[in-house]
Amino acid sequence: MSEQAPVSPETAETDTDEQDGRAPDDGDTTQVETGAESVVAALENAGAETLFGVQGGAIMPVYDALYDSEELTHITMAHEQGASHAADAYGIVTGKPGVCLATSGPGATNLVTGLADANMDSDPVIALTGQVPTNFVGNDAFQETDTVGVTQPVTKHSYFADSADTVGDDVGEAFALAAEGRQGPTLVDLPKDVTQGETDVQPSPAEGPDTYEPPTTADPDNVETAAQALADSEKPVILAGGGVVKAEASEELRAFAKEYEIPVITTMPGIGSFPEDHELSLEWAGMHGTGYANMAITNTDCMLAIGTRFDDRLTGGVETFAPDAELIHVDIDPAEISKNIEADHPLVGDAKHVIDQVHEAMPAAPDADEWREQCQTWKDEYPLEYDTPDDEPLKPQYVVERFSELADDDAVVTTGVGQHQMWASQYWTFTEPRTWVSSHGLGTMGYGVPSAIGAKIGAPDQEVVCFDGDGSFLMTVQELSVAVRENLDITYVVLNNEAVGMVRQWQDGFYEGRRMASEYPWIPEFDKLAEAFGARGFRLEDYDRVDDVIEAAREYDGPAVIDAIIDPAENVYPMVPSGGDNGLFALNGDQLDDI
Amino acid sequence: MTQGMDGPHPDDRMRPAGRRNSQGIRIDPEAEATHEPRKAVLSTLVKHEPGVLAEVSGLFSRRQFNIESLTVGATSDDDIARMTIVIEEPEPGVVQAKKQLRKLVPVISVEELEPEAVQRELILIKVSGEKPDDVNAVADMYDGNVVDASPEAITVELTGSQQKIDAAVEAFDQFDVKEVVRTGAAAVERGGTTLMDERAETIESTAPAESPQTATDD
Repeated sequence: MSEQAPVSPETAETDTDEQDGRAPDDGDTTQVETGAESVVAALENAGAETLFGVQGGAIMPVYDALYDSEELTHITMAHEQGASHAADAYGIVTGKPGVCLATSGPGATNLVTGLADANMDSDPVIALTGQVPTNFVGNDAFQETDTVGVTQPVTKHSYFADSADTVGDDVGEAFALAAEGRQGPTLVDLPKDVTQGETDVQPSPAEGPDTYEPPTTADPDNVETAAQALADSEKPVILAGGGVVKAEASEELRAFAKEYEIPVITTMPGIGSFPEDHELSLEWAGMHGTGYANMAITNTDCMLAIGTRFDDRLTGGVETFAPDAELIHVDIDPAEISKNIEADHPLVGDAKHVIDQVHEAMPAAPDADEWREQCQTWKDEYPLEYDTPDDEPLKPQYVVERFSELADDDAVVTTGVGQHQMWASQYWTFTEPRTWVSSHGLGTMGYGVPSAIGAKIGAPDQEVVCFDGDGSFLMTVQELSVAVRENLDITYVVLNNEAVGMVRQWQDGFYEGRRMASEYPWIPEFDKLAEAFGARGFRLEDYDRVDDVIEAAREYDGPAVIDAIIDPAENVYPMVPSGGDNGLFALNGDQLDDI
Repeated sequence: MTQGMDGPHPDDRMRPAGRRNSQGIRIDPEAEATHEPRKAVLSTLVKHEPGVLAEVSGLFSRRQFNIESLTVGATSDDDIARMTIVIEEPEPGVVQAKKQLRKLVPVISVEELEPEAVQRELILIKVSGEKPDDVNAVADMYDGNVVDASPEAITVELTGSQQKIDAAVEAFDQFDVKEVVRTGAAAVERGGTTLMDERAETIESTAPAESPQTATDD
């Protein structure tokens, strides 16, 4: 198995100390005496540094073993859902599995949303859950839940540890599995008698399961025909998905796209893989993607799609998705090939290697001057823009755009889910991978507050900004207590329209304006709420205060919350209705009525 | 009030000529081709450990693959069990089911058997005990055995292909059928072909040539 180099290139750059050094890095590793100590030793061996969790009865032996660990730092979260999202964000910004812990029963079920989220977005996460002692399992004991049964559908794999001698290996395997191949969440369920049980078996170096062998390079014959198809194309595009970021393949992508001058579109998870300020960038496509990206993706004759699963929010109706395009699909997961969109040239492998393979196999540059010109024309015809009339409330787009200007180039942006998420992704200019942290596939409202915590701990030297909506913010606001306690320098911006804005937008567009349960008759003042938590609070209502308030919040050393009171009438455009034709996106309400 | 931004109306934009079908396959817009469902027998080696059956059946239900039968049994290796899964799906679904199955961690190998592979089912039919001679005659016709008899009921055991079993069930219908118990299919490839443990294959393939070949593979 040793020649199957573990495919975790995403970790290759982020961690300077030896990568394959999953083995203990020093000789004085203490001899384990219990299952719990073996769990902790396995995490240390695997290179874990930070854990996000919440205490509880069945997980207490593991916490007790953590008491003696010098290598592992534990962040106590307010709620287990927060722990799972923080671990997820940590995984996104570092490329290494984020670790979350919870007790049995409700602790474990509270993690499920975060695991499902990580599963949809292929984020590396490992969850460790306490469980009732083995002899109680199946008896409906206090705080017992079939955690493996509940989580198996939303993880790469869930393990049930059944012995103190092997529990460390289970944890090591789960850690390695989360990181290798197509990344994703794993879970190890830890019965209390197993963690309390005596053992003298040291955990082995972390190694993925012998049944899981992710491919690295793609079939050379397929690479050759794919490169030929791309070279023959007159309207080529590259569609860069989250897999490019996960595989640390942004450099390869940039080198390839720039050399052959192929316009680049990203998916939402692919944001940051290609600099949005480069002339070849068309930014991102899909339901609320740019008009130019959706025009290009609809009219291309050859698409090199890398690390994307062709989610329905990207494709719209598949019947009208890139219908003229010969599709070259690069993915590390063979099951993604032709799952939603048939691939003419399947290239199964790790994006980092496969992009280089295609690069080397290119027989010539595509003759695409006219197409590039066309793409520029679309950029002129469909710019992202908004009005800022003085007599109307603040526009959310302006707040995002100003912050993007004022923030550091490598600032990390996290979000909740809803209109604010779309504005943040549309109007922030992303230039680096791992700077966009969001909940895409699962669309988890409440992801914002805890994800910013995980992101800040994963990238302590980078500025972290979280755009949230008032609805999303209220779902996980308790995690603000963690940001304060840990003194994390995070700027939260609540784009506050006193509504679940995206739902309201759909009600106005598709339900004849019947606004059922989408508007809040009363919500807290978030600046004051922030102060109550011990954070700094700011209220922002006027255009001429935007820069000052942003700067003041940025300068505050600790978590700050800007309650930005925005125009409640503002909606997200462009928009492709669900299942619609990407090329027929609506730029405004009138066009939406027409399509 | 109009929301959003200005720009060309959808009717005034460049449009592509082609179209895909609902499976994402580029098609001639004039000729809508559809894939008919077909039956596929998937022979699968899995680690013999708790929870495997739930994991496999959960995969099939959440991805809406249509299972016709699923049987699990031991193999010559105590650590490995075999699942024989019969599904009925259009071609893309069959391919997708195989790939998704292979991704499960306890799954070692997945192979679709040739249509002519040997497939057998076992059935136990319990009928009224009123006409023992007639029941015996029908059982003989299908190479079945009477395995239990009482004045109230007779139980017949039969094995065979699905078609044969279907025909037998129909034939027994003339008696008062009280209960039918049917296993799913057990299936094996004809000739010398066997389902390999892919983990073993990997180890072999890294060694220099001269791996023993089974000569009967056609």
